[in-house]
Amino acid sequence: MEQQNIYQPYLMEIEKITEEAPMVKTFRLKFANDEEAENFSFRTGQFGEYSVFGEGESTFCIASPHTRKGYIECTFREAGRVTSELAKLNEGDTMGFRGPFGNVFPIDEWKGKNLLFIAGGIALPPMRSVIWSCLDQRDQFKDITILYGAKTVQDLVYKEELAEWKARQDVNLVTTVDPGGETPDWTGEVGFVPSILEKMKPVCENTIAVVCGPPIMIKFTFPVLEKAGFADEQVFTTLENRMKCGLGKCGRCNVGKVFVCKDGPVFTRTQLKQLPDEY
Amino acid sequence: MNELIKIVTQLLSDKTIGVFIGYEKGSAGRTRALFARNADQAQKLICDDTCTQNLAGYLLKPEIKKLGRIGILANIPALRSIMQLASEHQIKDQSLLVLTANSDGSLTEFCDFHSIEKYLETSDVNITSGEKEMIARLESMTTTERREFWSREFEKCIKCYACRAACPMCYCHRCTTDVNQPQWIPVASHEMGNLEYHLMRAMHLAGRCINCGECAKACPMDIPLNLLTYQLIEPIRENFGKTAGMKADAVYALSTFNPDDTENFIL
Amino acid sequence: MDKEIKILKYGDLPKLIGRFNSRGFKVLAPVRSGTIVEINPVGSFEEIVLDALLTRQSAKKVAFPKVEKVLEFDILKKGVVQHPVDPEACPETLLFGVRPCDACGFKSLDSIFGDTPADQFYLKKKEKTTIISFACTTADEYCFCTSVGGGPGNTDGSDLQFTPISPEELLVEILTDKGKEAAALFGDLLTDASTGTDKSQHLADVKVVFDVKNVVDKATSSFNDTEFWLDQSLRCIGCGACAFVCPTCACFDLQDEQNTKKGVRLRLWDSCGFSLFTLHTSGHNPREVQSQRWRQRIMHKFSYMPEQFNGVGCVGCGRCSRACPADMNIKEHLTSIAAQ
Repeated sequence: MEQQNIYQPYLMEIEKITEEAPMVKTFRLKFANDEEAENFSFRTGQFGEYSVFGEGESTFCIASPHTRKGYIECTFREAGRVTSELAKLNEGDTMGFRGPFGNVFPIDEWKGKNLLFIAGGIALPPMRSVIWSCLDQRDQFKDITILYGAKTVQDLVYKEELAEWKARQDVNLVTTVDPGGETPDWTGEVGFVPSILEKMKPVCENTIAVVCGPPIMIKFTFPVLEKAGFADEQVFTTLENRMKCGLGKCGRCNVGKVFVCKDGPVFTRTQLKQLPDEY
Repeated sequence: MNELIKIVTQLLSDKTIGVFIGYEKGSAGRTRALFARNADQAQKLICDDTCTQNLAGYLLKPEIKKLGRIGILANIPALRSIMQLASEHQIKDQSLLVLTANSDGSLTEFCDFHSIEKYLETSDVNITSGEKEMIARLESMTTTERREFWSREFEKCIKCYACRAACPMCYCHRCTTDVNQPQWIPVASHEMGNLEYHLMRAMHLAGRCINCGECAKACPMDIPLNLLTYQLIEPIRENFGKTAGMKADAVYALSTFNPDDTENFIL
Repeated sequence: MDKEIKILKYGDLPKLIGRFNSRGFKVLAPVRSGTIVEINPVGSFEEIVLDALLTRQSAKKVAFPKVEKVLEFDILKKGVVQHPVDPEACPETLLFGVRPCDACGFKSLDSIFGDTPADQFYLKKKEKTTIISFACTTADEYCFCTSVGGGPGNTDGSDLQFTPISPEELLVEILTDKGKEAAALFGDLLTDASTGTDKSQHLADVKVVFDVKNVVDKATSSFNDTEFWLDQSLRCIGCGACAFVCPTCACFDLQDEQNTKKGVRLRLWDSCGFSLFTLHTSGHNPREVQSQRWRQRIMHKFSYMPEQFNGVGCVGCGRCSRACPADMNIKEHLTSIAAQ
């Protein structure tokens, strides 16, 4: 269609549902229409608006890597109207997807560098897409380190993947839970993500750091990276804001003159520092 | 006027209050709210018969509460609103400094809610002759005619919620309209969305509305909303013997059960 | 195209309207609606009010209505069927008798909705609308079009503009190709204008009260001055009246509605002044207090839009100020921003 309806979602079928953690699920979605599946592509970092028809849309990143074709994945926590209805859907049900929206992680510019991924809690999904996009072309990058923490062992998402990454020789995975969140058989670290990061003594030379997490985690992680010598240009993060249209028209998600849906959600620390304190 | 400025300047300078809510000259001959926080701002206070806005709508706004103890120049509608808010436990006795301008130009300061109650015993909220006429017309209509009247009015509604924002009684942190689990009231400004919103609001104001008319004054489309809520004042008075905004310790007719309530609508 | 100038007799206006009606145009013009004047469909010239200063609401509802259906679907036992909603299903429309500020207001909306990917629901309606504006011979103290790059005889956004130059005659300016096409419908009613007919002497006198460049600069640099924004916004009650009557405000909400497995998705007017506008499901709100929301209104119109689209998001019509229940007179606020 030459002039499409920008509000019309693709019809998606829920192929697989994974219960990641209490109240957190991952949906693997395939396009109901084969032609749309053929023509669809996205790049890591981008997000979409996921519909429950009749209830509304919710904004999640595309959690699967762009290197895998034929499906997309999203991970969400049951929190409000749309996510509560999403949580009631079953494999085989139909939902909607509009996207891909937003800017991308410039992983081509990261080739030949060390990568340091730092994520907390429900913020691993956006990171997961970029991690797999890099692991799927592993030889393009130097050292890859992943630091991931959650409140408790139960809250860690992508448990199967964490095991996969742990088992790989070409990835250094460190997982941690908040003090008090460990179980008797927990073999990972115990401590907040910023403190564990400090313990790890990250090396800034030729390294790109990607940080995604709750605001409080980000607040304390940035200084650790700064102390370790990371320049603002070397540090990437993603911002979230309330969204509706996802394409820079409804006027809702701006932080200063920047729309998180169009000019983001990926920002370097340099760009972040230029934004007003309104997010 | 000068008396008021003098008093308020004193109150602000000796920090008895953090902010005084009064009136100032606005644009194009309008009078608007003033939040005087220092002597300079207090100079702009006016007190005349253009001061008809019910300022009680500002009492519960978090930005204003943050400014410190509130003083207010309350006219009759505002005093009634203060009593109603007090009966709903939204204002504590003596937490506000309440002044009123008497018809002879003098000012009265109320030391507590009880003195406001006494003052209100001999006054009422004025209703204009135009409104009297309109109400008589509405009451003489059949329900179908009345339904048509309000449907035509609500066609103009753009769901700006100025009525809700201007009403001193609409202070709910999460209005029913804004609840989306479930979405009780459609958000859209279509026929059902408008009708359900206004009817719900009228019902939530039954027994609480004192007919200050701020809703109608606020409406950018000139919908006479106060007439809708006004029509619920009489049924509450008739069936429960209660009038809003007269006593600080009143109990709300529609949320209280008395064993001797008339039950002529059941069986 | 170079604009053409003609003369039209007031007395011929009913014929003009009749021509558009019989060509199947939907004619929208100011009509009296109770105590206000509103833009509504008209059947004949007699219904039209041309001597009101401004309509209460702006003309944006012609291409950006308060409720627009953007999706229609059936929720089946297995699957969902979407029904196409055709943005072209709108009639040829004549928007007649609006003010220069109304026509100007569409520029901001064109930028927002026309920006890729374009919103066809707006674009198609706008494409099919011909705008005949009437220049202003009077103004009131709320008007400040001349301070924001407009004016009582400004022709931006108009396809044709009529200016009353005498009790019997209107100066007609044919400004665009669409205007030329429309003028062909009543070409026989037009006569040549004598050279030197100058409309400016008939226009209202709207004094410039601030340099808009100052407003843009000072607003941008005052972002962090919380006291300043608090002072301006204490009496704001946080309703949507200003945004909804404004010709350039285009913020919207998307809401789904369903009933017995049939549903729609609607695009609705929304306002950055509402406390819920930026509220996250988690409860976090980047604009928790009204002063931040008031600041957003000003910044969006006078700092962000100039940067994104090369023009302020305000036409100086003053509708927001007239409609505001709390008398947040924007002309007053902008003047004090410029004077910072």
